[in-house]
Amino acid sequence: MLATSRNFEARARSGLANENLQRALALARTGFPLRRRLAIERLPEFEALREIGRAIKDHTIEHLDFYLEYYETKVEVSGGQVHWARTPEEACAAVLQICRSAGAKTVTKGKSMVAEEVGLNEYLEANGITPVETDLGEYIIQLRKEPPSHIIAPAIHLVKEQVAETFRAEHRALDPARLLDEPRQMCDEARAVLRPQFLAADVGITGANFLVAETGSSIIVTNEGNGDLTQILPRVHIVVTSIEKLVPTFEDAAALLRLLARSATGQEFSTYTTISTGPRRPGDLDGPEQYHVVLLDNGRSALIGGEFQDMLRCIRCSACLNHCPVYTAIGGHAYGWVYPGPMGAVLTPSLIGIEQAGHLPNASTFCGRCESVCPVKIPLPKMMRHWREREYAKRQSPSVYGIGLSAWAWVARRPVLYHVFAELASRALGWAGSRRGRFRALPLAAAWTRARDMPAPEGRSFQSLWAERQKMQRPR
Amino acid sequence: MRVALFVTCLVDLFRPTVGFAAIKLLEEAGCAVEVPRAQTCCGQPAYNSGNRANAKAIALQVFDAFAGYEHVVAPSGSCAGMIRVHYPELFSDDPVNLQRAQELAGRSWELVSFLVDVCGMHRVTAQWHRNVTYHDACSGLRELAVKDQPRHLLGSVAGLTLRELPGAEVCCGFGGTFCIKYPEISDKMVTDKVRDIAATGADGVLAGDLGCLFNIAGKLLRQGRRIEARHVAEVLSGMTEDVPAIGLPR
Amino acid sequence: MRAARERILADVRSSLNRDRIGADLEAELRARIAAHRRNPTPARAAMLDHRAQVDLFVTMAEEVQATVARVSSIAVVPEAVAHYLAAENLPAQLVMAPDPSLDAIPWKDWPLLQIRRGRAEANDQVSLTGCHAAVAETGSLMLISGPQTPTTLNFLPDTHIVLVEANQVVATYEDGWDRLGTRGMSEALPRTINFITGPSRTADIEQHIELGAHGPRRLHIVLVEGKQASGSNDGEQGRSPAG
Repeated sequence: MLATSRNFEARARSGLANENLQRALALARTGFPLRRRLAIERLPEFEALREIGRAIKDHTIEHLDFYLEYYETKVEVSGGQVHWARTPEEACAAVLQICRSAGAKTVTKGKSMVAEEVGLNEYLEANGITPVETDLGEYIIQLRKEPPSHIIAPAIHLVKEQVAETFRAEHRALDPARLLDEPRQMCDEARAVLRPQFLAADVGITGANFLVAETGSSIIVTNEGNGDLTQILPRVHIVVTSIEKLVPTFEDAAALLRLLARSATGQEFSTYTTISTGPRRPGDLDGPEQYHVVLLDNGRSALIGGEFQDMLRCIRCSACLNHCPVYTAIGGHAYGWVYPGPMGAVLTPSLIGIEQAGHLPNASTFCGRCESVCPVKIPLPKMMRHWREREYAKRQSPSVYGIGLSAWAWVARRPVLYHVFAELASRALGWAGSRRGRFRALPLAAAWTRARDMPAPEGRSFQSLWAERQKMQRPR
Repeated sequence: MRVALFVTCLVDLFRPTVGFAAIKLLEEAGCAVEVPRAQTCCGQPAYNSGNRANAKAIALQVFDAFAGYEHVVAPSGSCAGMIRVHYPELFSDDPVNLQRAQELAGRSWELVSFLVDVCGMHRVTAQWHRNVTYHDACSGLRELAVKDQPRHLLGSVAGLTLRELPGAEVCCGFGGTFCIKYPEISDKMVTDKVRDIAATGADGVLAGDLGCLFNIAGKLLRQGRRIEARHVAEVLSGMTEDVPAIGLPR
Repeated sequence: MRAARERILADVRSSLNRDRIGADLEAELRARIAAHRRNPTPARAAMLDHRAQVDLFVTMAEEVQATVARVSSIAVVPEAVAHYLAAENLPAQLVMAPDPSLDAIPWKDWPLLQIRRGRAEANDQVSLTGCHAAVAETGSLMLISGPQTPTTLNFLPDTHIVLVEANQVVATYEDGWDRLGTRGMSEALPRTINFITGPSRTADIEQHIELGAHGPRRLHIVLVEGKQASGSNDGEQGRSPAG
């Protein structure tokens, strides 16, 4: 997917001004955290599971080469095929080649963030194959030609009126006088429109939430059932996924699955958790004839062993997005690429470079809420700070903030000078603000005072007052 | 107990009364309080902007200034968190200074959690007849588990009614340089926070960090709301008469 | 593509600052897989006796909008199914899995129910399957594919009826998996293992939950609690053998 992360500031501003988006985000901001909290309250073992989940992922990553080879062997033993892809181009080419060999005309697709990452839809369309998105949210944004704004609820930025408008514009064969006011009606319409596509598909492409090394299986976690129809009806099933999705055994997957739905939507378990292994077996009445796994690296192997390794634990639950005050203020499109919110702020620069994605790790208050809800305990603010450190090290010419911060640090390292400055500054500002107690405008602080007043200081520094008090108390 | 006050730059420059309030409370709790002169900043602005070198230099200064005290107490979760959680991270690859950092971290505290968890203080003698609500500053909450302690002590302030703030744990949008670098996003966050505060019907909002309080107060004032913002130490120490609410004239 | 594989593995190893792992560590990792050690599982279901687990299964399934009819024996299943279809205003016709565990149901007691056995086709409205296990911890049904248990029955029709016998109720997902009895032999694993928790749903439009997105709108569970089992419910047979 083409990245527009450089335009973060402008896109954030337009997100803030977008009334439909703000209405949609207001629902998400309170809804998701509440549902997650309720689900966790019902599972006393949740905290312990976070630690277990962290350990399972760390163990797997530390032995990823072993697990990758073991997994590949098991996929082959069960009749499937693994296609290794270092880059988006290799991944897309592999998928196209499989589709072409299968003579694919209709391709259905379940939700896959990795497929977004490699720009699979655009690539296939350029090569004469249009994949039909079947996840309702993905379908809606495909019609609107928009990217997803959330990693599990791709159309979360839309209000229902926008969905209705899109359906009316795109489902032209349907009666224009039909009622399309409520989500129920839109859902039924999407179901009816997409059913023939499911049935006609030659190839079904899904992602994978987990890959199980023990059995060579892929696991998808959905609520709609579209992923399942995508992967059982066509002749060919392609899984587009990435190397860090591996876990050793089903038991390990089960532990992580207990964390996933609760962290994502507050459900006890998603409606459909499906473990797929190879193509149909002899005698099966349904199922695909071919099973392919396109296994993408795209920079993940480079994260191992470095400051960002912990990011590879991510199970794409979206809890960090849902609890982030910045994400829920500006929406996902502001981040400009596939992965928004706190996890996107860490992962996006890793995958597309800090030059493009520099704003993402900077647009954070480090409130830490993301880390506190991450089911696998990824220290997200810490890694955003590492990105800031890398940027700082490379900075050719410091910005205004950089100069200000350096000046502050310079003074802070000289206590005697600092105390003089502190007393002078508090006297000056205190005097200037004494009449009203605050400033409506302040030179050099326009970014602050545009939106809020600046309270005036009391007028003396603490250290000066303290020194005076000490002097008064000292016997002469 | 021999306690050193970590003043914090915001208290030093903007609101010394908070420092005096902290000292009063610490003395009430039976501590002998000193204020090392050679302290300035905790180094968090440098640290969070990626300048580890400056952050380390400032940290080393803090190690020296606060050597020898039984405890170091700061009326700020953000600065106390910097010392307790981030100084060890800063020196994670420097064994000698790492040890100094860990040693200091082990005896450094945010003010209210120190009073309750270490000194065992359970009530204060102050009185203040107000309805207030309380905002949980992020660092104190998440890095230092400051949550129940201020509510516990506020519960003992005569005449005070505490209303819980929906979204008390949601960031106010200050975030140090964040509010300057991403002002519109910060504005949205503080607008939401102020709306939530106003919806409680409280006439005052308290918190343990001046950064948050100046941000929130600034917005309350700009909106013309008559809700007072104060540092929780001012209320607990009974010093609300000593200084007007944040942003109000004398 | 071979090159991509070698390069990715090499990149992983170089990031881990080592070469391929040695024989000892490899044996250890293989043993870890083979051991199938469970991570701690929730006590919620495991601490209950079986009867209470069955009750928990029902409670959790109903919580996610599955409907549950508890019946005393296989003999009354046709009646229960017929009544359900009538109550939902559905035609008295269904496609049923050719699963031997369903053979003992006395369908001929209800001749007006039209039953076809096989996989689901596009215009099938109602399906009926058995299951491999019923997981109490979240009210989830475990179904596995096979020549007698086609997966399309679980997804294509609008209404999915599942016959569960009480002795199929287990506490956890791991318990269900253990009943497969096919450790580490991926060539013997079924192509598809479904854990189904309630009917299909979406919340993609303004986070309103709507049932019946693409999968079944109705999931109806007929839970047989009597002593007569149909005879093929323990682990080995739960996975459909070829014959």
